[in-house]
Amino acid sequence: MLLYVLRRLLTAIPTLFVVVTLAFFLIRIAPGGPFNQERGLSPEIKANIEAQFGLDDPLWLQYVNYLKNLGQGNFGPSYNLPDFTVTELFAAGLPISVQLGAMALLLALIVGGTLGTIAALNQNRAADYAVIATATAGTTIPTFVIAPIIQLVFGLTWNLLPIGGWGDGAFVNKIGPVLTLALPQIAIVARLMRGSMIEALRAHHIRTARALGLSDMSVIVKHALRGAVLPIVSYAGPAAAALLTGSVIVETIFAIPGVGRYFVDAALNRDYTLVMGTVVVIAIFTIVFNLIVDIIYAVLDPRVRYD
Amino acid sequence: MTDAALDTNGPTELPGGRSLWSDAWARMRANRAAMASLIFLVLMTVACIVGPWLVPHNYTTIYADYVRTPPSLTAYPKADMVESALNDVLRRMRVEPGGWTQEGDRVFVEVTSGRAIDERNLRYLERSDTFHDARVESRADDGLAMVMSAAIKQQYFLLGTDNVGRDLLSRTLMAGRISLSIGLLAGMTAVVIGVLYGATAGFLGGRTDEIMMRIVDVLYSLPFIFFVIMLVVFFGRNFVLMFLAVGAVLWLDMARIVRGQALSIRRQEYIQAAEALGVTQTGILLRHVVPNLLGPVVIYMTLLVPHVIILESFLSFLGLGVQEPMTSWGVLISAGAKNIGSANWLLVFPALFLVSTLFALNFVGDGLRDALDPKDR
Repeated sequence: MLLYVLRRLLTAIPTLFVVVTLAFFLIRIAPGGPFNQERGLSPEIKANIEAQFGLDDPLWLQYVNYLKNLGQGNFGPSYNLPDFTVTELFAAGLPISVQLGAMALLLALIVGGTLGTIAALNQNRAADYAVIATATAGTTIPTFVIAPIIQLVFGLTWNLLPIGGWGDGAFVNKIGPVLTLALPQIAIVARLMRGSMIEALRAHHIRTARALGLSDMSVIVKHALRGAVLPIVSYAGPAAAALLTGSVIVETIFAIPGVGRYFVDAALNRDYTLVMGTVVVIAIFTIVFNLIVDIIYAVLDPRVRYD
Repeated sequence: MTDAALDTNGPTELPGGRSLWSDAWARMRANRAAMASLIFLVLMTVACIVGPWLVPHNYTTIYADYVRTPPSLTAYPKADMVESALNDVLRRMRVEPGGWTQEGDRVFVEVTSGRAIDERNLRYLERSDTFHDARVESRADDGLAMVMSAAIKQQYFLLGTDNVGRDLLSRTLMAGRISLSIGLLAGMTAVVIGVLYGATAGFLGGRTDEIMMRIVDVLYSLPFIFFVIMLVVFFGRNFVLMFLAVGAVLWLDMARIVRGQALSIRRQEYIQAAEALGVTQTGILLRHVVPNLLGPVVIYMTLLVPHVIILESFLSFLGLGVQEPMTSWGVLISAGAKNIGSANWLLVFPALFLVSTLFALNFVGDGLRDALDPKDR
């Protein structure tokens, strides 16, 4: 088991390397540089600043240096937020994004799983149609519509929630962002759960369990659920990676100081190090969660072995 | 010849055979949600194409008197708006307002001033968004006092106006034009590239296929949003170019689907039969492969269009997509989200248009999938 995890992590290194290399050169090909926007910067000063950050070196040398620093866990300084290193920015923002993402994921799995199960048990009845309709709505309505509507209804009309802001992590400030993040996920999880639960309930061992006189509850929870959650586990891996690394829409609308905005802002400002940092963080999250998914898979389905 | 073969060839008196497409169309027609959505989409498209010409307001016209006017089915100005609009005009004329009265749809106002009043001042009334057809009714001999009259301009703002006083209805319809055409444009780009790439990989097979698909895998591994932002960076804010580029990113799925399909079609017996009969490679491609590829391509395209519209709205929401004064549903929703406190109709109506269109597209896509999926029979 441990060996398997280690091997998987080792094989992830080439993937990470390709992603880093691609991202590094792509962002460098883009016209403009991190210090181009500042008006009135005389050429000499600009050259000095660029020399200070090593931006006047040949590109291959910069690339080698970046990889060297990255290997030591050093993401470098941010160019547009000059008092911070990329590591500091992530240390401040990532916990916030991870918190919101984790809450949203948990909510999505519990609510979506329950809704999907209810729909599967009441196939082609009113409850089923209600869940399908909700799921269609959840996947169709984009986040940037849901978020302001939540602000409008709960924040302005009913005065239940603050309209935005982090509020030092007060629980009420998290409700809006978490709901916005969770709703589309709830919809997808419910759809997946409904499909896989219907299939799982048709399996032979379920019929046997029923024939042996087990209660509905115990048939579902003990026997059907185990097989039914497999598709959700494989969906949840990439979804978790995306949720935990922050959402630019949610963080912009609710004014949350997470890391979701960094990617867009940094790419637009050619903040090379911050862009690269974000790419690396997202890639690491993706790799780790895919690994976790595979481990959970093997635990749930004994036919899957670590090989 | 067997009985079964006779049976299929036998009933020649029936009015023609049923092709894949007529079959699919018959099933599609039986699907009520999909048909309703299709009709809705047609109506929405027509409204967005024709609408901006029918609405009496241009989508860029700024009505300074009607900033953030709530939506209303009755005509503006409302009774209480006439006075403030009138005072605004008189202040611009630099004259002292006397009393004013309204008779029918005309207002009569007495004005006085320390200096002689120039009749050309009337053009302030003409220029205002609230009045037109201004006249001098009477004029004191010394020119220091005057009675002016003007007709009240009746205007409808069915969906209200935005932050700077532009009609939201014409803007929403115009935005629909942009959003829908971007969806189609980028969708088509993705389909063309994806089909060409996927079909090539699928047909050539072997090493070429492997290399081509490995490239797709690598492109997949980069965060999607990173790509899009890079494209924005490269193409600037020229939205036609940019959405061609966005389409150029979305072809990855299409390529995979088409490749898989092409691979499986190549192994079908009817292809072997055609080869055995000596049909040329091009002939096989056009007669057998392309028609069989079309089903999944059409399905994927209907599902791709809403995807692109969401993407466009997302980019416009971030300020990276369509730029003012041009507009799209994403731009409008973004503006609405910033003004929910004071003018919630700015969010509600564009969101309604966008979401209903997305719903309809999804239903049509699902309906097409059910209608065209041969495994379902």
